[in-house]
Formats: sequence, structure tokens, C-alpha cells
Amino acid sequence: MDLKLDHHSEDRLTIVEVEGEIDVYTAPRLRELLIDLVNKGNFHLLVNMEKVDFLDSTGLGVLVGGLKRVRAHDGSLELVCTQERILKIFRITGLTKVFGIYASVDEAKEAHGRDK
Amino acid sequence: MATVELTFSALPAHVRTARLVATAIARRTGVEESVLDEVRLAVGEACSRAVEAHRLHCPGEPIRIELSDDLGRFEVTVTDSAPSDELEHDRGMLRIDDPLGQLPDTLMSGFGIAVIAGLADDVQVYPSPKGMRIRMSWPAAPNGLPRI
Repeated sequence: MDLKLDHHSEDRLTIVEVEGEIDVYTAPRLRELLIDLVNKGNFHLLVNMEKVDFLDSTGLGVLVGGLKRVRAHDGSLELVCTQERILKIFRITGLTKVFGIYASVDEAKEAHGRDK
Repeated sequence: MATVELTFSALPAHVRTARLVATAIARRTGVEESVLDEVRLAVGEACSRAVEAHRLHCPGEPIRIELSDDLGRFEVTVTDSAPSDELEHDRGMLRIDDPLGQLPDTLMSGFGIAVIAGLADDVQVYPSPKGMRIRMSWPAAPNGLPRI
């Protein structure tokens, strides 16, 4: 399955909807979107990965790159993910300590609101 | 099942094909369904790393992947032709506890190897000036799964 990307803003939060496979072939498209969003002043990103079928280290690299970019603007990049097979790769690489990972968009929005 | 060999040019689009082939043969060889996701990810990581290395050093050379069952184990070997010294150096830069450090986000080969090590039941990495060979294996049914 190819990669589908969409995004919309709610208050200060930009929600990025990702569907399909994030690998060495498709990850550049996600990277371009994240760079574009940051360049346009969106510094608080929430990446919804609930419809992601596959994620490899190239995809992790893109997310880490996005996090570095938003942090340079005192922003945030957090994730929504409950799929065990996706969470496993975050655990193996130690990235569960780096990203805020939430069970739902609502839960992430609530946490984001508390941090305002 | 006899060994299946696949060679592909160093294009990112072919990595998905390699993943699909590996998963199909793993299933056929009798690897448990619960482990197939790990096979898919580990083979994808090894092939992605090889593709990136070839694109840097030898984009015209093919990457080879061998899949076989051997005494009840499903074994995958990914072989590339890119000198692995530089990649070894890059991997040395990665600190897994500091992924936001100096590593450019386009080069995650260190993560790739870490992921493979975390997923495969048994992994051997053989770097050399002529290329890198990554061999990994998982338990499979002794004679593969019968298919009717």
C-alpha cells in the first residue's frame, strides 16, 4: 500500500494523518510535508499513525528530523499510535523516551491543552 | 524448500517487493504468523540499508537476497557491494540514547541495524571493504508447512 498524507489544524495544533507504509521509498514525502509545515509556522505537530501499516527506521529518521525542526522553534512533535507492531520499533530504538505517544487524537489534544 | 534468490537494482521502490517476497516465503517455510511482521521489518531494514549504501557508492550494482530453510530455520542473507567502512563510521556516530544528536535524519543506518538485532532471532553482520552481508534467521517448521 502506498502512503496517504493529510493534515489540518485545530487551534495551535496541526494534526498530520498518515495512512499506509512509511519506508525508504515513501518516507521522503512525509519528510517534505513536515518540513513544509514547519516552514509555514506550524510548530506543534501531532502525527496520527493509527492507519500506518508499516514503519521502518527510515520513517523513524523522518520523525526524528521533524522533532529536531520543531524543537528549534520551541515546538513539539507527538504521535498517536496504539498498534503493537509499530510501537515495537519505537521501543527497540529507545524512541519511546523521545516522543510523546498517545492512544488517541483526543487524548493528545487534551494533554496539549494542559501544557499551554 | 530450496533456496530462493532475488537480485534487485538499488531503488527504494524495490525494497517493498523484497519485503513481500521474504514474508511470503517465510510463511511458506512455516514461520509462525506472529513472527512474520518481524521478518518483514528486519528484511526491509537490511534491504533499505543496502539500497542507501549502493546509492552512495555503486548505484549500478544489484543487491542480492537469499532466502532458505535450513534444518527448521528460515534464513535470510542480504548482500551488498558497497564498502562498509564509511557506514561503520556513521554507525559509530549514533548514540541510541541521543537520537536527536548530530546524526542527519537521512542516515539512520545505525537504527536499521539496531532494529534488525532487536527483531531477528539470530543475526550476523559481516562488514568488509567489498560490501556487507547481513544474515538473519528465525525458527520455522522442520519441513515447511504443507500446502494443499
